[in-house]
Formats: sequence, structure tokens, C-alpha cells
Amino acid sequence: METLVQVPAWVRERRERAARRFAAVGFPTTKLEDWRFTNIAPIAETTFADAEGWFAPAASLVSSVGVAGSVRLAIVNGQFAAGLSDLSALPKGIRIAGLRDGARDGTDGLEQHLGTVFSIDAHPLAALNTSRLDDGVAIFITAGAGVDTPIHIVTVTGGDGQAVAAHPRVLVVAGANSRVRIAHTFIGAPGSIYFNNAVSEVVVGEGASIDYYTDQRESEEAFHIANLQAHVSAKGVFSSHAFSIGARIQRHDIGIALEGEGADCTMNGVYLADGARLMDTHTALDHAMPHCTSHELYKGILAGKAKAVFNGRIIVRIDAQKTDAKQTNRALLLSDDATINSNPQLEIFADDVKCTHGAAVGQLDEEAMFYLQARGLTRIEARDMLLHAFAGEVLDGVKIPALREQLETAFFTALARDVELKA
Amino acid sequence: MLLEVKNLKVRVADKEILKGINLTVQPGEVHAIMGPNGSGKSTFARALSGHPGYEITEGEVRYNGKDLLDMDPDERARDGVFMAFQYPVEIPGVNNAYFLKAALNAKRKQQGLDELDAIDFMKVVKEKLEVLHIDDSMLQRSVNEGFSGGEKKRNEIFHMAVLEPALALLDETDSGLDIDALRVVSEGVNAMRSPERSFVVVTHYQRLLNYIVPDYVHVLSEGRIVRSGGKALALELEEKGYAGQAAVGARR
Repeated sequence: METLVQVPAWVRERRERAARRFAAVGFPTTKLEDWRFTNIAPIAETTFADAEGWFAPAASLVSSVGVAGSVRLAIVNGQFAAGLSDLSALPKGIRIAGLRDGARDGTDGLEQHLGTVFSIDAHPLAALNTSRLDDGVAIFITAGAGVDTPIHIVTVTGGDGQAVAAHPRVLVVAGANSRVRIAHTFIGAPGSIYFNNAVSEVVVGEGASIDYYTDQRESEEAFHIANLQAHVSAKGVFSSHAFSIGARIQRHDIGIALEGEGADCTMNGVYLADGARLMDTHTALDHAMPHCTSHELYKGILAGKAKAVFNGRIIVRIDAQKTDAKQTNRALLLSDDATINSNPQLEIFADDVKCTHGAAVGQLDEEAMFYLQARGLTRIEARDMLLHAFAGEVLDGVKIPALREQLETAFFTALARDVELKA
Repeated sequence: MLLEVKNLKVRVADKEILKGINLTVQPGEVHAIMGPNGSGKSTFARALSGHPGYEITEGEVRYNGKDLLDMDPDERARDGVFMAFQYPVEIPGVNNAYFLKAALNAKRKQQGLDELDAIDFMKVVKEKLEVLHIDDSMLQRSVNEGFSGGEKKRNEIFHMAVLEPALALLDETDSGLDIDALRVVSEGVNAMRSPERSFVVVTHYQRLLNYIVPDYVHVLSEGRIVRSGGKALALELEEKGYAGQAAVGARR
């Protein structure tokens, strides 16, 4: 690690404040309401080495998820890896900074935004991340720029033979009336154990529009904790699609604050868990201003002894009249041992609003299964077709075709992996 | 023979519905199974298709010399058994063309034929669509989702036309059809009649048999075939109704 002298004072201060916060609260336990069903003791009990900015399979892992025609930003164990990144397609109107270098050379906007979108008080592990604030990537989109080239952040994590912990950090600042698509893929070497503790902050300027795809394909033995927080200004649009098929324990917190009138957001996701995996998604939508809309759709597929937690919080503040919020959470349980704890949490303080929520947990439709089989599809083929259709509503929202194809392939591979067919 | 059913007994949810059915179908024949509501007509078709809700308690079914009851529903389908559902299932998110292509290729694979790519598949499909007066757009919709009753039945016959089964089971295909749709569906079926292909047509009403003229008519009552005859039997039933058929059967 670099000496303190090289680190700007504002970074040091934010680190230290976060370190104090984390020292005070520690790893969350199931005694906390927000962590009641998510036991992360296995993370706290494992000894992780601080990760180096490189490990042997990093390069091949990065290229294995390459999206042709995109700007690629590689993060290896939390550190921006310029050598594995590809900025050749970087269009006008967008500026990329490695956080470490950017902070040192005083790149505009870093000090203003980094660590401000997310409150370290809200999440102990985000405080842990911030206490290690060191490197990562920042993406600035110039006001008015329409960026057609997709930006693909690839975060790879792992050690050569040891379990490592990494704390990757992403900052996106979209200027007024700009437009961009950003994907963030998380991967590691199959079967490897590591702890990835990511924080991503997004600032959506007035009238700006961001499509944001989170693609969690971590090692099946990994611990994946990720926080994505977005602030959306007036008439801004933030559309989040999250795809999760990896990790032994996933905790995904997505928070979107609609802070200007007429802002709109989509928050969709699909997760697939089998074996003894735990998939926790906590979403929070903060309707702070009037005339904002939000659409949320999460779909889960659970097999084996997998556990899922879905907590969907929607706050409609007293000034947020004419809010239109819709939340739907559906899960399919493919085995008797799979479980889900689903909890919609609506806190509405304004009186002239439209808020709906629905949750449904069910099994595969056996009549549909029979119909497909009676036309000649095997039971496995029929099941995969139905599960793919179930996930399709979310996958259809992925507007980067090359990424969409990868996700489809990964989805079917995961289904073939070990999702057991209910007898 | 193509199909031989011997003393078939079937239970649904602990109730015996079929109490010993015997039926022989030769290649190229059309057999109509008629009977009042609750007589077991649909149960017969569904049991032959392998629906898991229908428990076979006794009897034997041979199809092309093979033990049909020993085959999974999908094996039966790939081996040339097709059932047109009375209530086709709506499957949101599964594209009709995509599904039908998968079904056709599953069958072709079984037959040792090359799988069709999207272009060749569309060629096959186009011809069939015309015969059945089906609009292209139905292909790109989700399977049966939001289809009208008539569209659903037409889609079933369309699937049948593409999959070209050796044995087609039509389960009350006429129910819910207006006269125009009935004519179109029947023309679709008639266009497929051939010396190698057999049909078992389950229907409550005689009117379907004006269009799809059967070689044999069987009357089902309380889980048994109580009368069998030629196509004239259907007309007689139309005139006199089902009442008394069990008694007639018992006298024979």
C-alpha cells in the first residue's frame, strides 16, 4: 500500500470516518432486523488476506466475459487494471479515471461525489469498503452527451492459492441530459473462495438517463456483498437490471433515491440459486419528490436447499405527491427444501399516491410442463423453457445484445449445473 | 395395427373413470369416441397421452407393437402420438414458433434426421399456416397466451400439422368453436388424413363428424364402450340422444 503522504486529505478523512464506523458496528449479525435471515458469520469467521492487484487467472477471466464493441474497465481485486482494460472504443463525452490516480491529481468531481451518494451509516459493510477506499473506477459523462458505446466494468477477484478480500469501488456521474449504458460484471475463478465487498455510487443528473446492468457470476464459493446506490435528479431516468447466479452468499443492496420531480426508475432483477446458496436482495426506493415513477420486478428461482431473502422497501415522503410506484416479487421454488423470505415494506407519508406491491411464491406450472412434454420436450427441456420464460421478463430488459447473449448462456449453464428437477 | 387398447382401467383422484376400454385402430382409420358428459371420453384421450393425473390401474395399450403405457409423455410424442388439448395451456413468455421448432426438432432428432434451422423451419410452417388460415402473427405470440378459444384450437391443429403424428388424439376439438372455425379446423384435419395416419376424435356432438367423417363411431357410457358402429351411428345419436345407449349396449 502507498504511504499516507500520497493520499489526499479528503480520502484519508473519509476512510478514517468509515473505519471508526465499522469498528463501532462490526459485521452485521442476524440480531439486526436488516440481516435477520442472512447469516454472514461464515465471512466474519474466515481469514482473508488483503488482495494484491493481480492474480494468475485474472487476464483470462476478464477476457472470458468480454462484450465486443464496449469500453472495458477491469478491476482486479479492487484495483483498476489499466492493462486489462480496453479504452480504444472510448467515445467523446465520457471520461474515465482510476480512482487512485484521479484522487491524487484532483480530477474534478471525485472529491465532490465519492462517498457522498452512499451513507456509510446505512450499511456496515459499505463502511468497511469505504475504510479501505483506495482504488476503483470513476466514469463521468459530459452534460448532453449521448453515449452509444456500452461501458463494461469487469470486476475479477481471487488470489493465487489464498482466500482474499477485495473492496472494489465504482463511481458514475452522469451530467444533465446525458445518456449511457453501463454493465458491471463480477466474476472469479470457479470454485475459489474470496470475499468481494463492492460499493457503486451513481449520480444521475437532470434529464440524464442511465441503463445499469449488474451481472453477478462470482465463484460458487465466493462471498459477494454489493451496494449500489443511485441519486436521480429531476426528469432523470435510472434503470437497473440485476442478474445473479453465483456466490455462496450474496447480499445485494440497491438503493435508488428519486430526488427531483419527474424522475423515473426501473429496478428489476432475476436470481437463481441452488445447492445451499443464500441470495439476499434488499432494495430501497426513496420517493422524495412529487411526480416520480418507479417500477420494480424481481424474480427468483430456487432449488436444492437454497435460501433467498427479498426485502423491498419503498418510502414515499410527505412531499412526494403523485408518486406512482409498483413493486412485484415472484419466486419459483423447485424443491421442497428451498425457502424464501419475502418482505415488501411500504412507508407512505404522502396522501395522493399510487403504490402497489405483489409477492407470489409458487412452483412450476405442472399443466404447462405437461403441455410442453406432450409435444415432445423432455421434462428437463420443458422445465428450462418455462424457467427461461420466467426470467425472460427481466432478461429482455438487457439492452446490450452481446451481454444479453452471455447472460442467456450463463443462465442455461447454471440450470444444467445442479438445479435439481423436483420429482 | 397402430393402436390396441385392452381392458384399460383408469382412475382419477381415487375415482375409477374408465372401467375396461377395448379399442383397435388400424393405420389410416378415423375413430370417433362419443358420449355424454362424464362418460370418460376425455379421460381416455388424456390417459393415452400420458397425463400424470390419470392413473392406469389395469389393462394394456400397444402402439406400433410397443408398450405405450411404459413410455413418458414426451417419448410418446416423439414417437408420433399427438394430443390436441381440450384446454390448450397458456404459456406466457414462451414464443409459439420457438416452442414448435423445439418440438419438431426433438422429434426429428429421435428419427435420426437433422434438426431444422430457423429458415427451413419457417418454410415448413408457412405452408401449414395457409391451409389453416392462420395469421403469421400467431407464431410470434406466446403459446396460447391471450388467444381466443378458436385461435387456441386452430393453434393445436397447426402444431399437429407441423409435427405430422402417426396417431392424433383430438380431445373435444370442436368445443367452443363457431361454425366457420369448425370448418377451418376440420379442413386442417382432413388435409392430413392419409393411409398411414390415424385419428381418435373425442367429441360430445355429432356436428364435428359432419366435417371429419369417421370410419367408426364408439359410444362411451360410464367408462365403457357400450356401442360401436359406422358413421351412421353418429347420426342416430344425434336424433335419439345418449339416453338409453347404456341399456342398448347391455342388450348386445
